[in-house]
Amino acid sequence: MSAPNSPRLVDSFTAPKEILQEFADLAEEENVDPFAETASKRQIAARQSDYHNRRFSRVAQESADAFKPVEDGMEVEGGYKEAMRLARLEQEEARVRRAIEEKERQDREEGKMKMDLDKTPPRAELEDVAMELAAAKELANSRDATSGTNRKRRWDVPEPADENVDPNKTDKNEWSKEALEASAPKKRRSRWDATPAEGAVGETPKKSRWDQAAVIPETPMTQIIMNAPGIMQEDKHNRYLSDEELDAILPATGYAIVTPPPGYAPMVAPRKLMGAPVTEVGGFHIQEGSDAAAVAAAAGLAPELPTEIPGVGSLAFFKAEDAQYFAKILKEEDETELSVDEMKERKIMRLLLKIKNGTPPVRKTALRQITDKAREFGAGPLFDKILPLLMERTLEDQERHLLVKVIDRVLYKLDDLVRPYVHKILVVIEPLLIDEDYYARVEGREIISNLSKAAGLAHMISTMRPDIDHADEYVRNTTARAFSVVASALGIPSLLPFLKAVCRSKKSWQARHTGIRIVQQIAIMMGCAVLPHLRNLVACIAHGLQDEQQKVRTMTALGLAALAEAAAPYGIESFDEVLKPLWLGIRLHRGKGLAAFLKAIGFIIPLMDPEYASYYTKEVTVILIREFQTSDEEMKKIVLKVVKQCAATEGVTPQYIKQDILPDFFRAFWVRRMALDRRNYRQVVETTVELAQKAGVSEIVGRVVNELKDEAEPYRKMVMETITKVVAMLGASDIDERLEVRLVDGIIYSFQEQTTEDQVMLDGFGTVVNALGIRVKPYLTQIVSTVLWRLNNKSAKVRQQAADLTTRLAVVIKQCGEDQLLSKLGLVLFEQLGEEYPDTLGSIIAAEGAIANVVGMTQMNPPVKDLLPRMTPILRNRHEKVQEASINLIGRIADRGAEFVPAREWMRICFELLDLLKAHKKGIRRAAVNSFGYIAKSLGPQDVLSVLLTNLRVQERQSRVCSTVAIAIVAETCGPFTCIPAILNEYRTAELNVRTGCLKALTFVFEYIGPQSAYYCDSVVTMLEDALTDRDLVHRQTASVIVKHIALGVAGMGCEDSMMHLMNLVWPNCFETSPHVIGAVMDAIEAMRVCLGPGVLLSYVLQGLFHPARKVREVYWRVYNALYLGASDAMVPFYPDLGELSEGQNVYDRHPMQMFL
Amino acid sequence: MSSELRYTANTQLEHLHARYTGTGHADLTKYDWITHQHRDTLTSIVGHPSLLSYLALADGEAIGRTKFEMTERMLQPCGPPPKKDED
Repeated sequence: MSAPNSPRLVDSFTAPKEILQEFADLAEEENVDPFAETASKRQIAARQSDYHNRRFSRVAQESADAFKPVEDGMEVEGGYKEAMRLARLEQEEARVRRAIEEKERQDREEGKMKMDLDKTPPRAELEDVAMELAAAKELANSRDATSGTNRKRRWDVPEPADENVDPNKTDKNEWSKEALEASAPKKRRSRWDATPAEGAVGETPKKSRWDQAAVIPETPMTQIIMNAPGIMQEDKHNRYLSDEELDAILPATGYAIVTPPPGYAPMVAPRKLMGAPVTEVGGFHIQEGSDAAAVAAAAGLAPELPTEIPGVGSLAFFKAEDAQYFAKILKEEDETELSVDEMKERKIMRLLLKIKNGTPPVRKTALRQITDKAREFGAGPLFDKILPLLMERTLEDQERHLLVKVIDRVLYKLDDLVRPYVHKILVVIEPLLIDEDYYARVEGREIISNLSKAAGLAHMISTMRPDIDHADEYVRNTTARAFSVVASALGIPSLLPFLKAVCRSKKSWQARHTGIRIVQQIAIMMGCAVLPHLRNLVACIAHGLQDEQQKVRTMTALGLAALAEAAAPYGIESFDEVLKPLWLGIRLHRGKGLAAFLKAIGFIIPLMDPEYASYYTKEVTVILIREFQTSDEEMKKIVLKVVKQCAATEGVTPQYIKQDILPDFFRAFWVRRMALDRRNYRQVVETTVELAQKAGVSEIVGRVVNELKDEAEPYRKMVMETITKVVAMLGASDIDERLEVRLVDGIIYSFQEQTTEDQVMLDGFGTVVNALGIRVKPYLTQIVSTVLWRLNNKSAKVRQQAADLTTRLAVVIKQCGEDQLLSKLGLVLFEQLGEEYPDTLGSIIAAEGAIANVVGMTQMNPPVKDLLPRMTPILRNRHEKVQEASINLIGRIADRGAEFVPAREWMRICFELLDLLKAHKKGIRRAAVNSFGYIAKSLGPQDVLSVLLTNLRVQERQSRVCSTVAIAIVAETCGPFTCIPAILNEYRTAELNVRTGCLKALTFVFEYIGPQSAYYCDSVVTMLEDALTDRDLVHRQTASVIVKHIALGVAGMGCEDSMMHLMNLVWPNCFETSPHVIGAVMDAIEAMRVCLGPGVLLSYVLQGLFHPARKVREVYWRVYNALYLGASDAMVPFYPDLGELSEGQNVYDRHPMQMFL
Repeated sequence: MSSELRYTANTQLEHLHARYTGTGHADLTKYDWITHQHRDTLTSIVGHPSLLSYLALADGEAIGRTKFEMTERMLQPCGPPPKKDED
């Protein structure tokens, strides 16, 4: 760019704006991290649904070990009773909360809420609510008093963060809480009187919550999830600045710290403090000490994260969150000042960090260490460190996998020491059971199953029982799944009494619901293993069908469906007692409940005897037909499925299906709308195909065939797919003449009218025409003219489809004897070989190939001698599909009609084929290599061989390898005597690649010719001598492979002398260390065992079995072991006589060998 | 095994060998090796009926008796293991 007033230069120019812009954009893009998006995807929490993430709001509690003897009259902390009480309290709270919400909603509806929300609501209302709350607390409290246990504080229960609840009310709420505390029997420090220790001096008006957290006394119930939603806002980005940080930022002078006004109490939502008790766990880090780096790291101020940690070594990666967790081991400490427990803690943290972030070898050793020392560390310190890590929000799959692995290993070691931690572990592991990743689910099951084996059934039940009627559906769901794992680990019978009790629980429907769900999950998980207990399981849940709660009824039906599915095809007698309620139920219920009932029926009917099945199907059909009209998608799917299941049972007659089901079925489901939703589409097609099994082809095809001319393409496709499947399965013999006309007509129409290119129409056309066979003759002229017309269409896709159709039709056209049609098609396709779209060209060549295949090389029109020269240039096409189609065509011509083509043309093709050896697709390379064989067969091997041998000089490895294979194939087809001399001659070339190539070719030759090797082994011995004594490793390796193949080929053919010679040359190579070489040498030695016999080999091996050098011994023992495993029995006579080594009690003579008659 | 080979297919071969009785390794003692040889010999005789009957004939015993004795001898064919006093 020139300055504004400088003389304008004629030839100065700048780039166009858009180009400059493009560069600017590029430069900007450089700063963008292209993996930023995937990084968040890797995080499990980020990609999971809200439902999955509810796991962060769960609370774990210590579960007492009831089996531990109670010492000093101390009461067991956190026992079953306690857990139950807490669960009940929680439910009560949830109920009250719901009541409040309900009331507010009502008020709003009634128009009472006219005032602004932040104004005080009427006093009476407030008092109402407060009274109710207080009453609830009182209730819970009185239960306490009667039970006489120590009360636990429940600060960590997140209370409704409802903005509608006004401060007045919270006051009362607080008050009632305080009242509770006052009445609580145990004396304990309240949060209110715990003044922050350092708060008085450097206090800023905004009190940091970090400071307060430190003084919270240990609470028995620890929330192991530090990053629960409420606490999330205190992450490093938007938390308050601490006093230290403020001190660091602001100048020391010029600022005064204002004392808070009298009577000011910091506004802190009390429950949010509850992340704090786990401070020592690491996530919620208290900044103590003076180590600036650790402080900065924890606060996220230090941008660069270390990958070298003292005492840990280098790590694969290190995240900002890790800095929080592992802050304690990030800084240098004087270890002498630490207590034993602190040392232990640091040690665990280091090992965990190594496992989580380390490189594979580091991880492996750390994992072994933590496993070995598990009992030494103890369950408490271990799980206090592991479990919070697992609940970290930024956890990624790999980390989770590793941590779960740690738990698994540690569990084995700790055994019953884990008892107090069962609930905590469950809270962390249960979410894995509903993970979308299959392997996560398997891992979860594994852990829970090991856990239940370690802790025992009684403890598992007492730990999980409180969660069974938890207020949160998520908790109940995961608990049910965990219980099913316990059942599979400890056996269904041991859990049955408990299940019976839970399923009949009178106290809450949630318990019944969960109990039944456990049974459902057991069925899903254990499959046919439920059969021995089927009657008991059904009896457990049967009464649920008449439960007054709709959800329980639905779940019962689903459970029965799962049981029936698992038991199929056995066990109908176990379902006897539920048949009546089920079939009565479908007349009583509507909606979701009905859907579940129908589902259960659908799975039970296939188990029945034919006559019962028929009867019950008739009973259910009325309802099914009524529900055909439903607009509910879920119901539609279930109805379709049930129809499919009923139709598949033996007792249901074709007559019944034709008369009673088909008319309504087609009216309801064969409508255009069904084709639009992918899942409905599939379900309808499947069900119709199932119905066709009973009703017959013509019944079904006759009903839908007219729809082939429907104006909606997706619908036509659905029809076509159904017809394809039905015809492919049942054939076309059932189709009468009139239907045949309509069918072919409809197919041609829909084929012509299709606008989207996919396989459905093509497959349908091909299947139907092939099924009709000779019957399509009258329509062939029409079909072929359609094809011919479409071959000249201006759209490449249409031409391609026409060619593909030709490929499928060729056989049928030949069957019908319409040879002149074929030759016409062949000619038109031949003219189309100039096609420029490679996909289309590929299809055209394939079609030409299909025609050549059915017509034969002699009758082929265009004649082969014209066709092949036309193909030669096409071989240069780089497109895979073209390459594959042409190589197949050429190979077939070479195989069957090579004599029609002059030798010069074949040689030209040979040179082109060499290029195909570089193809990526294995099929192409294989076809090319085989073609060499065919060509060599017709031309004689000399010319082809020289082409191939010359090709050994090229640089590219793949091409050389393929040439060697081709040489071997030529040798196989034309006889080894034609090739081996040429190869041996070529071996004299002083070029490494060529010599290796020759050796490689010989390996394949001897592999292919097998026992024929006996005639040739003497002629190659001298060459092998040379190769086996070469300095080059690869030479010796390849020569060993040749020796292997020869030795295996000539075993038992009397070539022992030359083999012995080769053995002597191979043997010294047994000390090679390069893996491929030693592998080849070992194989050759094994082959020698087969050829020469183990006795000879043993005499070689005996020399070094007790050699003073370990390296020698190791190798010789490896050979000995291979020998021993291969022929231990045959070695018996060859063992040396070691009687002279006998000493003392040990007599080494083998007396049985010395006996004779 | 040398360290170069530690991560190759040969490790598997080694492990595979170690899973079978009768295979050896670089630190196998004379006693162990010969014991295996004896057991193999006895097994071979018991496993080949013709060989067994030949030995029974040479011994002047019943075939069943010879078989039984052979089988019994497999327990400690070369006597009790020598005491480890060398190192």
